[in-house]
Amino acid sequence: MASARFLLTRRCCTALKATTGHGQRSLSVSSAVLARTHVSYEVKDNVAVVRINDPTSKVNTLSKHMQAEMVEVMNEIWGNSAVKSAVLISRKPGCFIAGADINMIQACKTVEEVTSLSQEGQKIFDRIEKSPIPIVAAINGSCLGGGLEFAIACQYRIATKSKKTILGTPEVMLGLLPGAGGTQRLPKMVGLPAAFDMMLTGRNIKPDKAKKMGLVHQLVDPLGPGLKSPEERTIEYLEEVAVDFAKGLAGKKVTVEKKKGLVQKIQDFVMGLPPVRKQIYKTVHSKVMKQSKGLYPAPLKIIECIQTGVEKGNTAGYLTESQNFGKLAMTSESRALIGLYHGQVTCKKNHFGQPEREVKKLAVLGAGLMGAGIAQVTIDKGVATILKDTTEEGLARGHQQVYKGLNDKTKKKSLTTFERDGIMSLLSGQLDYRDFEKADMVIEAVFEDLSIKHKVVKEVEAVIPPHCIFATNTSALPIKDIAAASKRPEKVIGMHYFSPVDKMQLLEIITTNKTSKDTTASAVAVGLKQGKVIIVVGDGPGFYTTRCLAPMLAEAVRALQEGVGPKKLDSLTTGFGFPVGAATLADEVGIDVAAHVAEDLGKAFGTRFGGGNVEVLKMMVQKGFKGRKSGKGCYVYGAKSKEKKVNSGAEEILKSFKLTAPPAVSADEDIQYRLVSRFVNEAILCLEEGILPDPVQGDIGAVFGLGFPPCLGGPFRFVDSHGADKLVQKMKRFEEVYGNQFTPCQLLLDHAKDSSKRFHK
Amino acid sequence: MASMLLTSLRSSPLTSVQAAQFAARSLSTSVHLRAQAKSKKTLAKPGMKNVVLVDGVRTPFLQSGTTYADLMPHDLARAALQGLLNRTGLPKDAVDYIVYGTVIQEVKTSNVAREAALGAGFSDKTPAHTVTMACISSNQAMTTGVGLIAAGQCDAVVAGGVEFMSDVPIRHSRKMRKTMLSLNKAKTLGARLSLLGSIRLAHLSPELPAVAEFSTAETMGHSADRLAAAFGVSRLEQDEFALRSHTLAKKAQDSGLLSDVVSFKVPGRDIVSKDNGIRPATMEQLAKLKPAFIKPHGTVTAANSSFLTDGASAVLIMSEEKALAMGYKPKAYLRDFVYVSQDPKDQLLLGPTYATPKVLEKSGLTMNDIDVFEFHEAFAGQIMANLKAMESDWFAQTYMGRKTKVGAPPMEKFNTWGGSLSLGHPFAATGCRLVTTVAHRLQKEGGQYGLVAACAAGGQGHAMVIEAYPQ
Repeated sequence: MASARFLLTRRCCTALKATTGHGQRSLSVSSAVLARTHVSYEVKDNVAVVRINDPTSKVNTLSKHMQAEMVEVMNEIWGNSAVKSAVLISRKPGCFIAGADINMIQACKTVEEVTSLSQEGQKIFDRIEKSPIPIVAAINGSCLGGGLEFAIACQYRIATKSKKTILGTPEVMLGLLPGAGGTQRLPKMVGLPAAFDMMLTGRNIKPDKAKKMGLVHQLVDPLGPGLKSPEERTIEYLEEVAVDFAKGLAGKKVTVEKKKGLVQKIQDFVMGLPPVRKQIYKTVHSKVMKQSKGLYPAPLKIIECIQTGVEKGNTAGYLTESQNFGKLAMTSESRALIGLYHGQVTCKKNHFGQPEREVKKLAVLGAGLMGAGIAQVTIDKGVATILKDTTEEGLARGHQQVYKGLNDKTKKKSLTTFERDGIMSLLSGQLDYRDFEKADMVIEAVFEDLSIKHKVVKEVEAVIPPHCIFATNTSALPIKDIAAASKRPEKVIGMHYFSPVDKMQLLEIITTNKTSKDTTASAVAVGLKQGKVIIVVGDGPGFYTTRCLAPMLAEAVRALQEGVGPKKLDSLTTGFGFPVGAATLADEVGIDVAAHVAEDLGKAFGTRFGGGNVEVLKMMVQKGFKGRKSGKGCYVYGAKSKEKKVNSGAEEILKSFKLTAPPAVSADEDIQYRLVSRFVNEAILCLEEGILPDPVQGDIGAVFGLGFPPCLGGPFRFVDSHGADKLVQKMKRFEEVYGNQFTPCQLLLDHAKDSSKRFHK
Repeated sequence: MASMLLTSLRSSPLTSVQAAQFAARSLSTSVHLRAQAKSKKTLAKPGMKNVVLVDGVRTPFLQSGTTYADLMPHDLARAALQGLLNRTGLPKDAVDYIVYGTVIQEVKTSNVAREAALGAGFSDKTPAHTVTMACISSNQAMTTGVGLIAAGQCDAVVAGGVEFMSDVPIRHSRKMRKTMLSLNKAKTLGARLSLLGSIRLAHLSPELPAVAEFSTAETMGHSADRLAAAFGVSRLEQDEFALRSHTLAKKAQDSGLLSDVVSFKVPGRDIVSKDNGIRPATMEQLAKLKPAFIKPHGTVTAANSSFLTDGASAVLIMSEEKALAMGYKPKAYLRDFVYVSQDPKDQLLLGPTYATPKVLEKSGLTMNDIDVFEFHEAFAGQIMANLKAMESDWFAQTYMGRKTKVGAPPMEKFNTWGGSLSLGHPFAATGCRLVTTVAHRLQKEGGQYGLVAACAAGGQGHAMVIEAYPQ
């Protein structure tokens, strides 16, 4: 039941936001005659209020058009001697500036082109920084990437405490760096350690934290209902406060410099010592290398930029920043990450239309890890949810899981205790089918056994209303087999969540040929509401994700039998870019689940899914080595020490199933490619067979659900960038030794033959 | 009229004398308005008992930490109850029931109604209970009494409220309390020592009660500042309203209009017979103050907020027959009332806006029928925000489900004897003051209907219609 658990944490990032592009085209025609569309200003009481609003998009981006208008406006303001100060504010309620225009960067063909883009940005912000009049950035909503770089070039920053207000430099998540002065200004503003943290993690910073860090000077509370809508009035209020501060700055009544406390003074002093700084660079560098295995170039370039700026001064720093920005934009890693970003945006849309009725009441069957997780992500979006189990102990455990999930958020202050209680009140834990007649959708997450699932289908269909959708959360059982017990197969659909449900972003929706379009639309709508990234795939054993994972795990077992220890196996897989090693992964998934899946899929697909001996897994289960949940699997868990110990019991089992490693295909790199090529080949086969509708969803599913290396962008982008022919060559070599498990599928062969064929344009 | 008054105030910062003159002038104009015909001749309902206010009194309202500083809450409540007995000459056993309101509870006297009643010499056969509903606690006490009388359960009820901010329960931290409670149960010396050993310095930091919403953790002043900003209420408007409140209160005090105040001989101190928070200042003085809650750009200051106050109030309410049978001349009828509640975060202090149209509809009256308005002034910004909300069609349509605005009360009928900003605001005592003041103003000014409205923590609100007793 439990699916893969990964430590991959990709945040939704809007650092560089793609606009539809028609904004830029007008640039060529725009002249002084044409009215400005993106930037406007008025002078109030000697304060120029500059308002930005991209009429073509929901968010403001620093497109070429926006930049051009901004320069025009600023020149006019600087040329007007009546203007003593300025306020920069967005007219969009949830967005200050979400970043640079991603299309603008993607349109570039060479390093030099991108470098010059960066230099133009640097130049504009340099003029802002050296502005003869003080400029106040009034921030409400997302202030990310280029938007933040703009804000920190201003003399003063005021932000609203709205939940939508976030500041950050998420460029690193797209394999880039803050290329418009960010790597140079941030260290001076927030100090070296905080600057590294911001730029290397790309994390979002909330207003309170931003104030503490010295990223903003003042905070403004969001307003409730008044004589206008709260959003509208809050922006107005922010503007009023910002104008007051702008006047104060112009009249020297407000000072920019904050009085430094003792701690700050000591910190500044320590940071002023070159050996200390050197040590910091070293520590950060080794930390990055440890976490990224050197597979991601952006963090290293960020360190280089910061170091150059601090040690060699502005000119060198800016030059390094723009050059590194250009280089990074041309890397395959950045392309892969940007591809994932676009894919994620696509997978956050409902392509099946508006469902006929909204799901207002949801019922979840089974209060296990998955069931409770599904209930949690549903109630916290305001949807009333029934959580049904068969035993009181099971129910209590599930209820506690939901409570803990929400309570942890209150500890992190992302939720108040009252909000938590309000959300919990939407959850109804019960042992019977009470109120199921009001349910719009039932998601079952009971034990993975066809006869139990059939029993549940029949029981539930006896109590639910005719419109109610029956969704099944299974990781391997074909949906059509489950639907066989249903009186209304058009209302049956698969919804495959990943564990832990509240952390994993992916939802794999599986449709059978009988599932109606409205049922699919409804399932996608529910998933989107739950905040999921969704792929919709066809039915079959293991669907898409489990089917790709199974051969890789089979290969992992074989490697273990061949004497590659669990630790070595883990380091080989993480070294390739997987966030979790294969042995650890098996423990997380559960050895019993893995055995179950291996057996089921082995039956369905035959020898292609062979490799390791299933008996190894079965024997481990017999001995109680079920993985993390039972305390022992490949490793021993429970001890508080950080260092994981290999389970000697498992090692003994492996010894008894020992295979001789064929030297021709047992080099480290060979083992890596044996694992990855089986994964990739199966993914391509899913596309060939029509299980997968397109490569984009294939990449998203693999990265977000299974932890396929994000720097490779997913199996399809990996084939594109690695070269299908090279991969086929490797597979042929493995095929000679192991047989049909490594036979490349037809589609892969086609791509190998014709290098112009690519999965991604 | 209201806007005229406000604009003229805004355009020229008036001295207190000018403002007083202005207010006096507008008082005289209200005589005209009163001449209009009412929608209803009376609010008496067939088959329903008439409930009357026989009289109401209060102790002087003092800034906390002044003359009352060494008392306990029930001492103040007792003073109000004794004052009521003296004023009405009520036989001590004629009261069927006593209901008292309080907000910050003294843990030793959690049913402060009973402790105060016993001390005030009421019969020990008269039951008493305490209610709490933030700043409308004594409103709740009164309406509880109204309900008891209307239901035929009682004929004479004393209601009131007390608040004592000079001393508030300050607790040990939760961890310390837990250790201390465990200490009680520890049997061996070793167990006791190990518990004592577990005490850390941090456990000793006390927990102070805050005038903050438990649900949102926002202090009321902070919410008031945001509310004022949401309705675009300027600092100047707030200071002007605060000045108006103090000026009018001073005038009322000087002309002896605050006849509900009873003198109180504080043990070990002098006799107190006047409120001590009324301080008309100049606009310049008010403008100097820094914002108290939202710094540095907020608009709510100490001077345009109600201050922490000690005080108690009490009213005697009866069925009309009983009052007449006992030979009383009632002051007013207590008529329809409503309680409302809304979002405790963004609409914390908008109770009057919601409650006023609702109670008017319930009683079949319009704004024009009301001769006397007494609104609780928590903050000048809160009053101004409520007035603006009541004047806004958009707000009425978007948030209240009404077709049109209810309209703001005319300023010449509004809190003309001062309000909570100037007289003080002992949380649970204010409700009775408002009702008694309406009765007195109706008698003095000759109107028929009065309206009380108040906001309260928790996003709640209350309004009541009061009808003058025929003279």
